[in-house]
Amino acid sequence: MNPRLRWRKFVSNFMLTMTGVCAVVAVSVLFFILGYLVYHGGASINWNFFTKLPVPVGELGGGMANAIVGSAKLLLLASLFGVPIGFLGGIYLAEFSGSSVAFVVRYAADLLNGVPSIVIGIFAYALTVLPFKHFSAFAGAFALGLMMIPITLRSTEEFLHGVPRALREGSMALGASKWRTIMSVVVPAAYRGIMTAILLALARVAGETAPLLFTAFGNRYWSHGLNEPTASLPVMIFNYAISPYEDWHRQAWAAGLVLLALILIVNIFARAILSRGGTILR
Amino acid sequence: MATSTTTVPSAGPAEGSRSFISRLRNGDEIARIITFLFAASVVLITLLLVLQLWHDSSIARHKFGLNFFVTRVWDPIAEEFGALPFIYGTLVTAVVSLLIAVPLGIGAAIFLAELAPQKVSDTLQFFIDLLAAVPSVIYGLLGVFIVVPLMRVYVEPALKQSLGFLPLFKGPAYGVGFLTAGIVLAIMVIPYIISVSREVLLSVPRDQREAALALGSTRWESTWKVVVPFARGGIMGSIFLALARALGETMAVTMVIGNSPIVNPSLLSPGYSIAAVIANEFTEATSQIHLQALVELGLVLFLLTFILNGLARLLLVLTAQKGSGMGHV
Repeated sequence: MNPRLRWRKFVSNFMLTMTGVCAVVAVSVLFFILGYLVYHGGASINWNFFTKLPVPVGELGGGMANAIVGSAKLLLLASLFGVPIGFLGGIYLAEFSGSSVAFVVRYAADLLNGVPSIVIGIFAYALTVLPFKHFSAFAGAFALGLMMIPITLRSTEEFLHGVPRALREGSMALGASKWRTIMSVVVPAAYRGIMTAILLALARVAGETAPLLFTAFGNRYWSHGLNEPTASLPVMIFNYAISPYEDWHRQAWAAGLVLLALILIVNIFARAILSRGGTILR
Repeated sequence: MATSTTTVPSAGPAEGSRSFISRLRNGDEIARIITFLFAASVVLITLLLVLQLWHDSSIARHKFGLNFFVTRVWDPIAEEFGALPFIYGTLVTAVVSLLIAVPLGIGAAIFLAELAPQKVSDTLQFFIDLLAAVPSVIYGLLGVFIVVPLMRVYVEPALKQSLGFLPLFKGPAYGVGFLTAGIVLAIMVIPYIISVSREVLLSVPRDQREAALALGSTRWESTWKVVVPFARGGIMGSIFLALARALGETMAVTMVIGNSPIVNPSLLSPGYSIAAVIANEFTEATSQIHLQALVELGLVLFLLTFILNGLARLLLVLTAQKGSGMGHV
């Protein structure tokens, strides 16, 4: 083997090893994050965290029950707003629209998807906070729902396109109307994919903080009804982490662990649904 | 996507000849109109968002004009507003993050696409996907309590000692600042670069690799001199996507950048970013002009990400067409 070839082989092996190192470094970040959260947060999680309200500054203890319930409220409302728009809009794109209308809608959805979440917050503030002069769960849910629309829309469209044409033709040959075909044949065939996408969209907005800062704001007590400022886990983590109090830092870690655990579980669950029944679509 | 729309059995000749009334009766026309309204509302919402940003910043835009972008002073009390420190901070942190994330991300993507066996690649990609799902406030939490102390005690003193003669590494080591924010941002955008670049690399036709290997190139040479150049456009696309993410990122940056409107060439200096100042001051803005200046910053951020996302999508579509003749990314 001449020296030049040996050198080329060496470079090849070295660079390929380096790419492996890059991959290991990138993936290990996930385990660092999990490790730190379990280490710092695990020690602070107790029954009180899930059942008690935050206590006043200076007192030790308390929990984030209101933020957990608040996050659940916000996510439920956000899905009620964002999922129907995305889902039905996606059906229109896949089943009814001509190509020019579809292009415009798709373009708008991609644009909306790329808008930084803080800008979504400004928009939601102008639309749902300013006119009523107070922060509310509705406003927060509106902001989060906006962020769910493009994801739901594009994936509904994509999964409906994946349904084989023969299924539609079979149904229509039996005399079903187009709408009937869509609802009882096409959508059920793409059901798993669409559910996965909605779950992933939900997991994504569950961790969003920026759009909630000036819409749902935050609350140290229970919020009564949906028309009041509402606490949420991400905003709570932010406020507690930048506070000067040791006990709040501890709780921020605990809240971080709970939030990340929920998000990762939903992610894994959603991907499991897809990979188990994806044969029709893939 | 454009090619696949034709597979849907939509208005064929037979359907077109059916009367409007009969389509209305069996529900098709109603369904079409209802779903159209929902689809149209997406367009409407997006238009409304742009109009609202434009309208709610009109007073600030008229008052400050183009000086807004070159003024260094941000003083809500004196009602003087200049965006330069924020634009500077946003760009500097984004550039730092890309300097770290691009080599690492592309390296990892090459490993996943070219080298790793299918199973290993899929497993690692699964972890990368989970990493992309970690919310930014969690990165901020780790940034504040783990990265900032590490930077203050170890990294920044070491940088000052070895590279302190450069203006980039002057001044006291606070821990918070441009460099720390850039590093945290890098960690956050790496998953996007990896996922998109891996897809692009996988779409490079197999015969490109085989031809290079058959001509006697080593594995690395075929990857670096043939496969990567072939996928160059798509990889650039993934970098633009990551840049757009980095520019718009709010929480993690707010928590580690130090939040002081300073234009300083040193990366160790605390700074501020567009998204961070909106997050911190929006609820506290009392005067109308302060609020308007913040909305104008939001508009700037929107336009930046809009342009970058558009470029990224264009590049990805072009590369995908080159790769396989399919317009699907």
